[in-house]
Amino acid sequence: MTTIEAPEKVTTNHPKTKRLSPLLYVVPAAILILALTYTLPPFRNYQLATVGAYLCVTAGLTILTGLNGQLSLGHGALMATGAYTLALMQNRFNVLALGILAAVLVTTVAGGVIGLAAARLRGPYLAGLTLAVAVVVPSIASTFDETFNSDQGLTVALEPPPDAVTVEQWQAWVCWAGALVTVLVLAYLARGRFGRDMKAVRDDETAAKLAGIGVARTQVLAFVVSAACAGLAGALFAVLAQSVSPGAFPLTLSLFLVMAVVIGGLGRLSGALIGAVLLVALPEIAHSIAEDAGSQRLEGNLALTFFGVVLVAVMLAAPGGLASLRWKRNKQKGRT
Amino acid sequence: MSTHADQGLSLHNITVRFGGLLALDDVSLRVSPGRVVGVIGPNGAGKTTLFNVICGFAAPQSGAITLDGKPFKPRPHHLNRHGIARTLQGVGQFNGMTVLENVLTGIRTGKPTEKDAYAALEQTGVAEHANAYPAMLPYAKRKRVELARALVSRPRILMLDEPAGGLDADEIDWLAELIKNLDTTVLLVEHHMDLVMSVCDEILVLDFGKPIALGSPGEIRNNEKVTEAYLGTAA
Repeated sequence: MTTIEAPEKVTTNHPKTKRLSPLLYVVPAAILILALTYTLPPFRNYQLATVGAYLCVTAGLTILTGLNGQLSLGHGALMATGAYTLALMQNRFNVLALGILAAVLVTTVAGGVIGLAAARLRGPYLAGLTLAVAVVVPSIASTFDETFNSDQGLTVALEPPPDAVTVEQWQAWVCWAGALVTVLVLAYLARGRFGRDMKAVRDDETAAKLAGIGVARTQVLAFVVSAACAGLAGALFAVLAQSVSPGAFPLTLSLFLVMAVVIGGLGRLSGALIGAVLLVALPEIAHSIAEDAGSQRLEGNLALTFFGVVLVAVMLAAPGGLASLRWKRNKQKGRT
Repeated sequence: MSTHADQGLSLHNITVRFGGLLALDDVSLRVSPGRVVGVIGPNGAGKTTLFNVICGFAAPQSGAITLDGKPFKPRPHHLNRHGIARTLQGVGQFNGMTVLENVLTGIRTGKPTEKDAYAALEQTGVAEHANAYPAMLPYAKRKRVELARALVSRPRILMLDEPAGGLDADEIDWLAELIKNLDTTVLLVEHHMDLVMSVCDEILVLDFGKPIALGSPGEIRNNEKVTEAYLGTAA
């Protein structure tokens, strides 16, 4: 049977699309973070570590929602899965690398199961399913109290850091190592065939199928990748807090995560970084204001209010999120 | 073992019902390699349903499809690996990706290379828009991008669903030249009769899901049933 032959050679010399290797910003970022940990006081190092841990989950979520169009309101629950897995592993084997690996693997499997259901659902139905996951998972910890120690949760056994570094410094290294590996992997995934497939499925499922893309498979894979990132983030939070309890992963955490990636800029890893910074900064600002006002009740709601106000303001000024401001400027220069 | 006569795509007695509506009624069609086969008919005749059956978007209640003499159970995302590509009515595009990336999504075998994508874009005359986003382009250019995405996989059967819709006369002339020079099997659903008559080797005419004529453009032009289907009978 005859086939279409491509032109023997392309008649015009088209320059290959040049894109910076993700390593070119991940390596300098690693050096910068390392340098910062030597200059910052312990509490700021702790906050820096928290940004790193949040970056893992926001990066995964922005890929899922921004590139693949799947809205998850259950990533807080996936973080809880990773955190509890790490706690159980640490308390049994006390090998951090093994614990983190197990946390990622278990959450990947959980993400695969949720992803299989999610691939059949759209819009509000998908949001409803993931919302149910966010509600159910913490209550599992309360139900199986012999394993998860109910609402008190589990303490996490950790080896002390080397003598030359403080606990907070070491936590920042661990969290940012995880965050930078996550960003590097996601950056390579997003720029390759898988990234194009995710965007194609988001933009037009029928055309994506005709282009040979397995729509359901792509959606499940996107959920699995995103869940793995959330599992890693949960494990890192367990390392940071050295304890895990259902109260650390409330429904509002999942909502905060979604708001953070939307404010930062959906589908962009730079937006995920902005979102991670906001997740640490806004509650801190709320805490300061509540402290000044002398109202503890105010503190509980102020962070959510802040997020709401920032979300509205950013959506009015930059509907694509804060990261889109830089992206738009690049696009005007002809770089996309 | 399949013989030369078995080569190509064949539809055998395909019937499709949507509830009480008979969308395709016992339709058979053989698409031989290298031929350009047109499917025409008034609105609602079942042309796109026929395409959807071949692509696996609609399941026939009865009948069978064979590809190179072997039973063929189409699934939309597997068409590409069987060497079948299809364009959609209108433009089914990925607006969040550049034109180049749109075309790269069409390469499913081996490593997608920009060289292949540019070759397809040059073939359809839109290579200079490679870094633009489809939504920024005029409708006709967007149709060419979609065509490039279908061509980049070098299909052995190309299915074009109303490719001339929304195009001006010059664009339709360009499209006719492209189809004539493709050197591959083409299945064409189209309302633009000049285009159909100029490029097709064989034409199937559907009316209310029923095949009413099959033949060369000359035969179809002089077929009374076809005239009646399009123009109606005199009162």
